[in-house]
Amino acid sequence: MSAHGTDAAEAYKPVFAGAVSGELDALLARYPTKMAALLPALWLVQRERGWVSPEAMVEVAERLGLTPAYVKGVVSFYTMYHTHPVGRHFIQVCTTSPCGACGAEKVVEAMLKHTGCGDLGATSPDGRFTVIEVECLGACGFATPVMVNDDFVESVTPDKVPQLLTQYK
Amino acid sequence: MGYPHRSHPKETPVLSKHFGDAQARTLEGWKQRGGYRALEQALGMTPADVVNVVKESGLRGRGGAGFPTGLKWSFMKPGDGKPHYLCVNADESEPGTFKDREIMRWTPHALIEGAAICAHAIGAETTYIYIRGEFTEPLRIMEAAVKEAYAAGILGANAMGKGPRIDVFVHRGAGAYICGEETALMNSIEGKRGNPRIKPPFPAAAGVFGQPTTINNVETLCAVPHILVNGAAWYKSLSLSSPKSTGTKLFSACGTIARPGNYEVTLGFPFKDFLYDLCGGPLPGRRLKAVIPGGSSVPIQTMEEAESTLMDYEGFVAKGTMLGSGGVIVFDDSVCMVRMIARLARFYAHESCAQCTQCREGTAWTTRILERIERGQGTMQDLDVLLELSENMTGKTICVLSDSCAAPIVSGIAKFKSEFEAHITGKKCPVSAAAA
Repeated sequence: MSAHGTDAAEAYKPVFAGAVSGELDALLARYPTKMAALLPALWLVQRERGWVSPEAMVEVAERLGLTPAYVKGVVSFYTMYHTHPVGRHFIQVCTTSPCGACGAEKVVEAMLKHTGCGDLGATSPDGRFTVIEVECLGACGFATPVMVNDDFVESVTPDKVPQLLTQYK
Repeated sequence: MGYPHRSHPKETPVLSKHFGDAQARTLEGWKQRGGYRALEQALGMTPADVVNVVKESGLRGRGGAGFPTGLKWSFMKPGDGKPHYLCVNADESEPGTFKDREIMRWTPHALIEGAAICAHAIGAETTYIYIRGEFTEPLRIMEAAVKEAYAAGILGANAMGKGPRIDVFVHRGAGAYICGEETALMNSIEGKRGNPRIKPPFPAAAGVFGQPTTINNVETLCAVPHILVNGAAWYKSLSLSSPKSTGTKLFSACGTIARPGNYEVTLGFPFKDFLYDLCGGPLPGRRLKAVIPGGSSVPIQTMEEAESTLMDYEGFVAKGTMLGSGGVIVFDDSVCMVRMIARLARFYAHESCAQCTQCREGTAWTTRILERIERGQGTMQDLDVLLELSENMTGKTICVLSDSCAAPIVSGIAKFKSEFEAHITGKKCPVSAAAA
């Protein structure tokens, strides 16, 4: 960070140190340009930190020879990068038409109730869950598909929600 | 086969033969099932000969557009001194479609083999398999299979000990329907926002990294090994109606139907038999009302139209719609069509990349108007406005996302107008009112 950074920014610990730095180097070898490693680099940031902070965007930009503004432009285009911290368990319920016809909205209601999140996009007071609606997850024959972090759960119905949530502490 | 159901006798399982068989996922299991014989055969042929076999087979793209695969490959000129690329489109995001997910989950080596054959045919040293970010399980399985293939010398600097370099890398998307559009996908690989590019130049002239590129759908590439092993004549013989539609196709069935899942049939198969025999028809006590047969971007059919359709590229067009990606979305008489169409419009509004005005504004405004009608606050003039907006959204933008939003709106108003009118005159949704 620059000398003008805040105290919080001064305390920023780089993501790309040690083994993670090596992972990025291996990814760079797959592409003819450094820019092409941007999406994979952002995935590494999110894996390590749980979200992509403005400081992390600066770090990625420096590593790949891009500007922070460019990186932010790309981050904001894709829905899966979190630009703010989310609950420990991030829940995405598909509600696009095929799932909508099979009762996906009732699954959303059950999720909001049993997680204590109350509203879509809000994090539960204990920091455990965040619930959002997501556009077509590509598993329409298994309505309603739900993602909990990287777990892809098929055929979720409202009555299965309480049991499902107990697996995520 | 009808995964997750047992195979139906009317199916023709070629690509789906090993769905549900976890042994087929491993390299050893795949080889025991005949895997990588086709790649070995292809590497003993000239690239031009491979292209010719695929051309003769009549194979057409399974991602939506139906472009002849061999012809697409022939646009690439191996030996022109430029790096060539193959992009595999595994960004399966079209509502109603979930076939590529199943292919990658159960038969990852089928995709690697098909991709490697294509890479040889088009002279590509590097292949990127672009998998949508939400497909965490297919991503893990494909990564593991690629690793196995490298360790066995199938991929790498001296593929199968036969000389060419064939590198395959899995590239994870990050949540964007539009990246299934071929040039948006290439931008995304390059580390850019997934905005579609103006064509020309077409990918074979300037694709990913500005170099000659072929892009194919997962299912298309998986058909190629079967064509090489069994011959172009065999593949061509798999055709029940139009000779321009050859081979088998996976159709994903979803929505309000008894047995949702993937079913593989020979092209030209009767849609009525598909819906009632394979998929089991309506749920108990229900009647089927409407079908969107090729993923959400194609016009809606009434049951009367659907039941007289033959399932191939020409057959769907003859009945006012398109084969598209083969994602069959079924709605029964309990479903409010206005609500379903409004929800589809919301999908497109969310997924618009927003670079073209007609799409950015059109998807947003049609969503607002449709949702207003669904709430019982619409007017008859709204229907005219929707049709006018839809006309401005069709054929006017860089890619077809905007057209795709308009297709269900225009066909929905044409075929289910009474449902729209009932919302407007009754000032409420008759379906949810009846359910309450």
